[in-house]
Amino acid sequence: MTESGQQRLAELFAGVKAEGRAALLPYLTAGIPTPEQSVELFVAMAEAGADGFEVGIPYADPLMDGPVIMRAGEQALRNGVTVDVALRVAQQVVERTAKPVLVMTYVNPVLRIGIDRFFEKVASAGVSGVIIADLPVDEALPYLVAAKQAQVGIALFVAPTTDRTRLVSVVESNPSFVYAVAEIGVTGERSANSANTRALASRIRALSDVPIVFGVGISTPEHAAHAAADGDGVIVGTAIVRRVLEAQSHEEAKAALTLAVSELAVAVRRSR
Amino acid sequence: MRLSRPDETGRFGDFGGAFAPETLMPALRELEAAFVDAWADTGFHADLDHLLSTFVGRPTPVYHAERMSERLGLDLWLKREDLAHTGAHKINNTVAQGLLTKRMGKPRVIAETGAGQHGVATATACALLGLECVVYMGEKDIERQALNVYRMRLLGAEVIPVTSGAGTLKDAVSAALRDWVASVEQTHYIIGSVVGPHPFPWMVREFQKIIGEELKQQLDGSSGLPTPEVIVAPVGGGSNAMGVFYPYAGDPDVDLVGVEAAGLGISSGKHGASLGHGSPGVIHGAMTYMLQDDFGQVLEAHSISAGLDYPGVGPEHSYFKDEQLVRYESVTDDEAVEAFHLLCRTEGIIPALESSHALAWIIREAASLHGKTVVLNLSGRGDKDVQQIAAMYD
Repeated sequence: MTESGQQRLAELFAGVKAEGRAALLPYLTAGIPTPEQSVELFVAMAEAGADGFEVGIPYADPLMDGPVIMRAGEQALRNGVTVDVALRVAQQVVERTAKPVLVMTYVNPVLRIGIDRFFEKVASAGVSGVIIADLPVDEALPYLVAAKQAQVGIALFVAPTTDRTRLVSVVESNPSFVYAVAEIGVTGERSANSANTRALASRIRALSDVPIVFGVGISTPEHAAHAAADGDGVIVGTAIVRRVLEAQSHEEAKAALTLAVSELAVAVRRSR
Repeated sequence: MRLSRPDETGRFGDFGGAFAPETLMPALRELEAAFVDAWADTGFHADLDHLLSTFVGRPTPVYHAERMSERLGLDLWLKREDLAHTGAHKINNTVAQGLLTKRMGKPRVIAETGAGQHGVATATACALLGLECVVYMGEKDIERQALNVYRMRLLGAEVIPVTSGAGTLKDAVSAALRDWVASVEQTHYIIGSVVGPHPFPWMVREFQKIIGEELKQQLDGSSGLPTPEVIVAPVGGGSNAMGVFYPYAGDPDVDLVGVEAAGLGISSGKHGASLGHGSPGVIHGAMTYMLQDDFGQVLEAHSISAGLDYPGVGPEHSYFKDEQLVRYESVTDDEAVEAFHLLCRTEGIIPALESSHALAWIIREAASLHGKTVVLNLSGRGDKDVQQIAAMYD
């Protein structure tokens, strides 16, 4: 592959910006319901209009995740989905869809492999970027260095609770994009539009033009359109994972995701 | 060398730090500032000391266990944390964090509990101070600690069963942290041990070190009393052990021994010996020794004692281990139960199963401890364990 992950990510954000919209980035836990079928589900979502993906690496103690993604992670771990298996899923998604893929994980599996080695593995799987849910900017330096070395993108988090000092240190750390937490809480579906996205975006924009990706609590096309109005990307996680966990068959899961993602794709395109 | 406080990243040597979702980070920084401010405030100390003496019943006594001493061929003293209000050392921390919660102006408290002692102590502090209280408890622990569940409810706390994972302490901590991510603006998390992200390990140690400070005054070598040569305490998360060890850490005349749960035996893989048989990693927001598999997934711990059934340990213990300031050993479920019975019959004291682990190590090592002055930190009373012990003989 000639293009680095960092470059593919930059092109993604530049591309949607040129179209005057935000990228739709659905999340699914790798290996749900099986590694092979999860690849098929990502392919179906690409065909339905997703711009890229977040592939979840299952973790036994996911502090940032609500019950649905927790349950998906437990199921994947029982099915033997290790970091290597999850990265193989991610690699196949890249190869099959030609879309940029982010992986989401927690600190400990990365440490176990070794920070540098993890980022090398990510790069060689063709993955574009890494999101680590329990990595605040204060602890991020070795991860930022390793990501740069491997030419892979890395996100840093900003939440509605983040104060100005922390926000400054996030943007000054030059992440590939900011993962802006739209709701105070763990991942999960919400009933209303986020009341935080506009203010968060303007606080970040006042300091930097780093791409902003909203996640947490974005469940419906309406929510996605609302968040997309102020961001460069929107992650929809629990609403996708729940449909897969609830489906009675692979065909049903595929149909449900095709419908959901095509509605979300329309929503992010009509948001501005 | 012991450190009076962790460095600016919250580390004791290589261990500690704060690996938490960004949503929580400002609250952790706010807590650190509030703690530093309160801990330097004589008014806060006056309020705390008043409650510790009139409500908690401190100082707790040191008891000379003469019949056990004779039986074991050593000089055994018990630091009676079991006599503190609510029956364990946990109340030292919850009263202090409760006062801090009031000071920060937060109306709601959450806590996790394993054996239920921290949950009861938190519910008690909240009743005392007029705070709303929610306690997360694994469903397996709810089953084995039914009495404490009822006590928490009597004290006005809501007990929420945690069904994820194995339904034990690790899962309760995770559930409390998830609640906190969502409720952080109005809620303080009273963590029950020297675990979690910075500043918790440091702050809880400061609130528990009164155990060792009292002991230093009580057994100071004057008026015919000895000074400790060996101090033994059980280690799950490690707050009672840190409380009694810290004031002595680095003293060349005192051996400090932390006793972890060997469960069904180390070789069975069903144990809670994070320090003795784990490896460094990040659990519940801190870098520390933990039980994990080759892929960095947290493993389930096992112990007959709910308070020791935890796959992590306070990061300062990890530092003490690597600095060789404390020796960490382990004893099995069976050894702990045997020690439990022996103390009941020999001294008329029903110890917590956690504390029974430390006693079991003393019994096992009696020959090498011959003639020495040994202090057992009797971290809690065993009333909560009576039902579980009874069920073993049904």
